[in-house]
Amino acid sequence: MSFQEIKKQAALQWQEIQRSPRPRVLIGTATCGMASGAEDIMQTLKTDLAKHGIQADIVEVGCIGLCYAEPLIEVVKPGKPSVFYGNLTPELTSEIVRDWLAGDNPRPDLALGTRGEGTLEGIPRLLDLPVLKPQVRVALRNCGNIDPTNIYHYMANGGYEGLTRALNMKPQEVIDELKKSGLRGRGGAGFPTGMKWQFCHDAPGTMKYIVCNADEGDPGAFMDRAVMEGDPHAVLEGMLIGAYAIGASEGYIYIRAEYPLAIKRLLVALRQMEECGLSGDNILGTGFNFHFKIKEGAGAFVCGEETALMASIEGSRGMPRSRPPFPAQSGLWGKPTNINNVETWANVSAILEKGAGWYASYGTEKSKGTKTFSLVGKVVRTGLIEVPMGIKLRDIIYGIGGGILGGKEYKAVQTGGPSGGCLPASVLDSPVDFEALAVAGSIMGSGGMVVMDEATCMVDVARYFLTFTQSESCGKCVMCRYGTKQMLDILQDIVEGKGRPGDIELLQELGDAVKNGSLCALGGTAPNPALTTIRYFRDEYEAHIKEKRCPALACRALITFYIAPEKCQGCGICARACPSEAIKGGKRMVHVIDNAKCIKCGTCLDVCPAKFSAVAIASGVTVKVPAEPVPVGGKA
Amino acid sequence: MKAPQLTEDARVALQERDRAVEKQVAGILASFKGEKGELIPLLQRVQQTFGYLPEPAMKQVADFVHVPASTVFGIGTFYAQFKLVPTGRNIVKVCRGTGCYVRGSPRILTELEKELGIKDGQTTADMEYTIETVACFGSCALAPVMVVNEKVHGRMTPDKVKKSVGKKS
Repeated sequence: MSFQEIKKQAALQWQEIQRSPRPRVLIGTATCGMASGAEDIMQTLKTDLAKHGIQADIVEVGCIGLCYAEPLIEVVKPGKPSVFYGNLTPELTSEIVRDWLAGDNPRPDLALGTRGEGTLEGIPRLLDLPVLKPQVRVALRNCGNIDPTNIYHYMANGGYEGLTRALNMKPQEVIDELKKSGLRGRGGAGFPTGMKWQFCHDAPGTMKYIVCNADEGDPGAFMDRAVMEGDPHAVLEGMLIGAYAIGASEGYIYIRAEYPLAIKRLLVALRQMEECGLSGDNILGTGFNFHFKIKEGAGAFVCGEETALMASIEGSRGMPRSRPPFPAQSGLWGKPTNINNVETWANVSAILEKGAGWYASYGTEKSKGTKTFSLVGKVVRTGLIEVPMGIKLRDIIYGIGGGILGGKEYKAVQTGGPSGGCLPASVLDSPVDFEALAVAGSIMGSGGMVVMDEATCMVDVARYFLTFTQSESCGKCVMCRYGTKQMLDILQDIVEGKGRPGDIELLQELGDAVKNGSLCALGGTAPNPALTTIRYFRDEYEAHIKEKRCPALACRALITFYIAPEKCQGCGICARACPSEAIKGGKRMVHVIDNAKCIKCGTCLDVCPAKFSAVAIASGVTVKVPAEPVPVGGKA
Repeated sequence: MKAPQLTEDARVALQERDRAVEKQVAGILASFKGEKGELIPLLQRVQQTFGYLPEPAMKQVADFVHVPASTVFGIGTFYAQFKLVPTGRNIVKVCRGTGCYVRGSPRILTELEKELGIKDGQTTADMEYTIETVACFGSCALAPVMVVNEKVHGRMTPDKVKKSVGKKS
């Protein structure tokens, strides 16, 4: 079958689905969906559809990004707009099948929104929801809309159009198109992609390699996982285009072993490509050859660095080496190599399909296009988002994210993972692009965005990140190996109340030394979390050091739990729950915590009934409470 | 906390497992060419088979790809995925990524350690459970996350920890 015929078939199949008289239920079965119980929902759907005698198709799709609402389904009834339902349980699923699929009530009380032509009373349009309205989806264009295991679905939605277009251009023209689009690497550093390709294209040699960096190691980031699980072909098509432009005939996808589902989806996609003549020798009859290989990472954060990644593919320890020579001249096995990350590749296929001008119409002057972020932490609507560059942090956190969880105060947002920084409320109105984030002391990074509230201690967060980078340092550079350890020790002392005057200055000095004395970006950025928290939250450091007080009431060594005598009603729930028997009390007696026995686990705080809220935390002050239990209300 | 001593039954089972190693490794090697680039995939297969990298297996692999055993050992200790000691039948992984951390993963780990009576990285005396921590699973939107074998559990609470590994004592 020729490629034209395959495409025609794909379009037919897609049309058939769209016009099918059978209802359809799309269910998100990416890792997030599965983790929140999509499997049970699917089982219920099958049973209940059979029970009501409904002939319907169940389609597994990728992540639509509304992770806070998982498990999530989209119900398509012919002739009606489709309806999204979130936060499902098997019981609610049964009700939806009964009332909307078997009946005529779309259950506005359960629905999130509608999509497609027409409206349903009482249900907003999905794309008008504050969580989706500011978003523009390029890398995530198909996630949640198509079956990621069906190449026809991808083709029917513009898939492999970009490749076809590229193959009709000269390689240099493809590179020029990329340059015109203004795309910058989405892995963190933001190097212009077209320029990177040019270097590799111009490098002498006939054997060249393409690598897809899918070693998404930043804790708090999962954009790449979602793209690979939800739309693997978008990435693979991008790689083919890059290979053609550069003149590479072999490519590696270096993916973390922690992403089993993504690996599975990629393998399925690769098999389909082969069947359709989209990989291997003589691709689409043009004489262009390209072979894919998948390499599973073995768990090392430093392998996100390109020279370390290549060392790992070659079978060595993943340790970076000095550049130059850059991979574009001498990379994998000493041959010219071009590395881009998953999201970059997914953008490439869209740019070639829709044109550089279209892509460059989004974003700011120096940062074009869109960027995905995983919005997580203490925010109401966690999820995977994609926004035009230049959007304000405030619009992301309060608009898309719906503000801070539990009505608490915003404290900071952490961008760029362990290499980034914590940004306070004063920079919420600065735009999100490569330059503005750097000015604020952080980095764009690969797109992790972790929101922190007043209960998060910034010194502890800095300590947390240093724990991570310290243990992930490959050990090659002395300043990274020992410097991060020293920084961690100082931070550990501070959170334990053993901080000394001068520690802050020492941290800054060490931070500068680690930055300057490390070969790769891991060491070069490892001090960022500490340095930015000192820059913006110095008062918290000083409270820990001078007053032995944790303002966020989070550092265990600096807090004590107590029971407010005027609030305690003597119910005894806390005393029964306490794992260390540190609470004394009795019926209708004000309970007392014995600080010598208390392990500060916080169980009493959790179990104390909300109507009493008698358990509280103090730091740096002594709260007057009775030494022994006394009768509630002061009466016997 | 010291790692608990293995029970006699567990120890005998382990010895038997080790004896079968050499034969099984030979079977794995048969599908590889012996190039150095295959070293990591090879070790991954070995670990998949045994749950860890037995010492004799590492030596066998070293000979096969023509590198010193120290190189293989270096790789085995460099990458977090590789384990040099046997693990329990069930592996419970607690995520300590940023998203999970700010949403309370330290308490999930504490509860799990309490429930199983072992620390992170240790295995219970009956070889039933091993606790591991992982940098990030990429399910940050459902933090805190815990993975029992391959199943991902999102939005964990200390209570749910008890239910998912609850010991029937």
